[in-house]
Amino acid sequence: MELDAKIPAGPIETLWDQHRFNLKLVNPANKRKYTVIVVGSGLAGASAAATLGELGYNVRCFCYQDSPRRAHSIAAQGGINAAKNYHSDGDSIYRLFYDTVKGGDFRSREANVYRLAQISVDIIDQCVAQGVPFAREYGGMLDNRSFGGAQVSRTFYARGQTGQQLLLGAYQALQRQVAAGQVTMYPRTEMLDLVVVDGHARGIVTRNLITGNVESHLGDAVVLGTGGYGNVYYLSTNAKGCNTTAIWRAYKRGALFANPCFTQIHPTCIPVSGEYQSKLTLMSESLRNDGRIWVPLKQGDQRPPNQIPEEERDYYLERKYPSFGNLVPRDVASRNAKSVCDEHRGVGKSGLGVYLDFRDAIQRLGKHVIKERYGNLFDMYELITGEDPYQVPMRIFPAIHYTMGGLWVDYNLMSTIPGLYVIGEANFSDHGANRLGASALMQGLADGYFVLPYTIGDYLANAKLPKLDASHAAFREAEIQVACHTRRLLEIDGTRTVDSFHRELGKLVWEYCGMARNAQGLRHALEEIPALREQFWRDVKVLGTGEEFNQALEKAGRVSDFLELAELMCADALERNESCGGHFREEYQTPDGEALRNDAEFAYVAAWQYRGDGQPAELHKEPLHFDYVHPSQRSYK
Amino acid sequence: MNLTLHIWRQRNASEKGRMVRYEVRDVNPEMSFLEMLDVLNESLIGKGEEPVAFDHDCREGICGMCGFMINGVAHGGHRATTVCQLHMRHFKDGDELYLEPWRARAFPVIKDLAVDRSAFDRIIAAGGFITASTGSAPDGNAILVPKEAADLAMDAAACIGCGACVAMCPNAAAALFTAAKITHLGVLPQGQPERYSRAIAMVAQVSHEMFGYCTNVGECEAVCPKEIKLEVIARMNRDFLKAAVAGRGNGA
Repeated sequence: MELDAKIPAGPIETLWDQHRFNLKLVNPANKRKYTVIVVGSGLAGASAAATLGELGYNVRCFCYQDSPRRAHSIAAQGGINAAKNYHSDGDSIYRLFYDTVKGGDFRSREANVYRLAQISVDIIDQCVAQGVPFAREYGGMLDNRSFGGAQVSRTFYARGQTGQQLLLGAYQALQRQVAAGQVTMYPRTEMLDLVVVDGHARGIVTRNLITGNVESHLGDAVVLGTGGYGNVYYLSTNAKGCNTTAIWRAYKRGALFANPCFTQIHPTCIPVSGEYQSKLTLMSESLRNDGRIWVPLKQGDQRPPNQIPEEERDYYLERKYPSFGNLVPRDVASRNAKSVCDEHRGVGKSGLGVYLDFRDAIQRLGKHVIKERYGNLFDMYELITGEDPYQVPMRIFPAIHYTMGGLWVDYNLMSTIPGLYVIGEANFSDHGANRLGASALMQGLADGYFVLPYTIGDYLANAKLPKLDASHAAFREAEIQVACHTRRLLEIDGTRTVDSFHRELGKLVWEYCGMARNAQGLRHALEEIPALREQFWRDVKVLGTGEEFNQALEKAGRVSDFLELAELMCADALERNESCGGHFREEYQTPDGEALRNDAEFAYVAAWQYRGDGQPAELHKEPLHFDYVHPSQRSYK
Repeated sequence: MNLTLHIWRQRNASEKGRMVRYEVRDVNPEMSFLEMLDVLNESLIGKGEEPVAFDHDCREGICGMCGFMINGVAHGGHRATTVCQLHMRHFKDGDELYLEPWRARAFPVIKDLAVDRSAFDRIIAAGGFITASTGSAPDGNAILVPKEAADLAMDAAACIGCGACVAMCPNAAAALFTAAKITHLGVLPQGQPERYSRAIAMVAQVSHEMFGYCTNVGECEAVCPKEIKLEVIARMNRDFLKAAVAGRGNGA
């Protein structure tokens, strides 16, 4: 298969404008004749559904939660980047583009990233007009803060709840279209299959989570904005319901899955406290501005932190990276925390944690300054752990936070299945091997508000799609497949709960395809995962029926897909014989332990094609070209 | 610690429900309340009994999906805390806890502790937005927003739509939820053109959904996990009254 990213030719600054002009339009009177299915109601899905509704399309929007307002975009804390240069501090579209390509460790597509940087400024305008209460200066102008990986202040924020406020803005725009009759909302409904007719995406099959009804929905195009797959690790900062099912089943219907091994680990999360732990909570990275990270010098030192004298502490980041110290990028901070814990110097009951200590900052600046800067984070930490971080150092540990991989899309955000679009975290396109802070919100809204509504019109105007109804054989076949899958899960009646399998899978993937990977471990995981999957299908226990609200059944379906995805992630990680961004292969590092990229052999997107159950997926490569930002080695010494 | 739970079990919206007693052993004080229920559910499945259904998603207090009554108090009664962020260290060995779903006619039970809050979505659809179609916006700094207005709007916009305010209200009123949105949008310059039509439309939808009337009891403010202030209700009433008396908002 030849992967054509459909990147227009020309200078990068004018590509998008020229491309928009070249795209075919759908006559306003004809838009209502088209139905677009949007799955997911996070920043990408809600903004796309609202905008398509405003344009006049018939939209059907689906989410598994009880309301579109709950999608996990809501949990983003820090902010959203935009190249407004309101502070005249040297920011520009080109600089945001440059930072994002470099931050992605040269594994993203330049043309997509440039467009993202261009659109970033429109997003802020749009959100302000909707009433998003961004932080303001006293004169009424928008305020900014700075964020990791950038030397300019370009991050717009609404206290520590930027994701919430942006999502509510999109949600309100969506509800306006619901009231106008342009969008029909299907909450508590899960997409379980994609229907492809004559090579075109023509609909989905869903399960109503309250009644269990399996239904077909027909459309002229399908848009997936279903988020990332971080929950493959069981413990992650994702919401409990986040899953890979929609993109995974689209993959099995022919869409290619790109760079599945590119996952991001956030260094500052609250550590696991026990086996019952259900999720991890992130603490904003900004804490590393004033906190000092350390572990005891001695192995297995059980003394309380305040009794460990200065000379018996190892401020390992300051020691190894004197110029960046505690502010090294996410991947470097995470890997170093893992290695000190591997040396049995980790802290807390589990030994999986490091201290983030504010003692010196409080002495230097006073408690009131620290409280003003981080008060809400300190409160949150105390709420969860019961410890007062003004008195004792915080304990932190890295956790899975975001997945850069996802379904392969071209410049128009269309997958390898014509008519199937993928937006937001669900696609792979803009962050390369590592995402910079405050860029996820930017990408979700760029795709949904400003890219997809243009590109989808071109497809609809050109595609000559025959009229269909739900009695078409492809829909019947997909419905039967969904019903069989559900029945199989219920009929196993084994001995182990879904969660026990999910936890075991999570440990495997975390151990062998987490912060650090090596060929031997990945090969081991590639044997263990199919065995676990086989055991799942033999021994899982799901009670109740398929015709009712059955949360265990929902979970079982999602975990069955994670059990397949995990294998593809490991295969991808094994194939990529280099270290880049979030993908650190222990065999490929510099003598002093830094990631060693291999641009000569691996400057490509790895896009995997499903070849049937039990068959290895087939790898296709999209070469990456860097005409503007020249690949260089990152160094933080 | 060991706990005794009495949990409302109801198969679906049409069947009758009842309280069922469960003993939970060896609860770790570091667990969240929902993790304690996860452990209970794992043991129920092991015994071949159906697990307790409850809504939850982000488990960090921001999505608004979780929530039920613990001993008659929405989210369990800890200041600014949703039930997913409530930790077991606040309970003691031998405690007896009663868990019930949100109680309101407008929030019918789906199963056990899960209820249908779609009425909230319809209230927002009635007018809880600023009409600003994509692409039509002027530069972000072309609209100056005084810092006080931005802060006040943000205080109100922090609402997570969990429904605790309704569940705790003796009248099952949705005043705090509705007023939070009316305040968020009504104090911003961008929200002025639709300010009065919004108040009329949203309040009308609230009545239509069969929520009760607000009598300023204040229970809602006490349990709100985002500490939305009663003051927003006064703002809503003022906007509504102005609109109703002056006949404003009828045209929109």
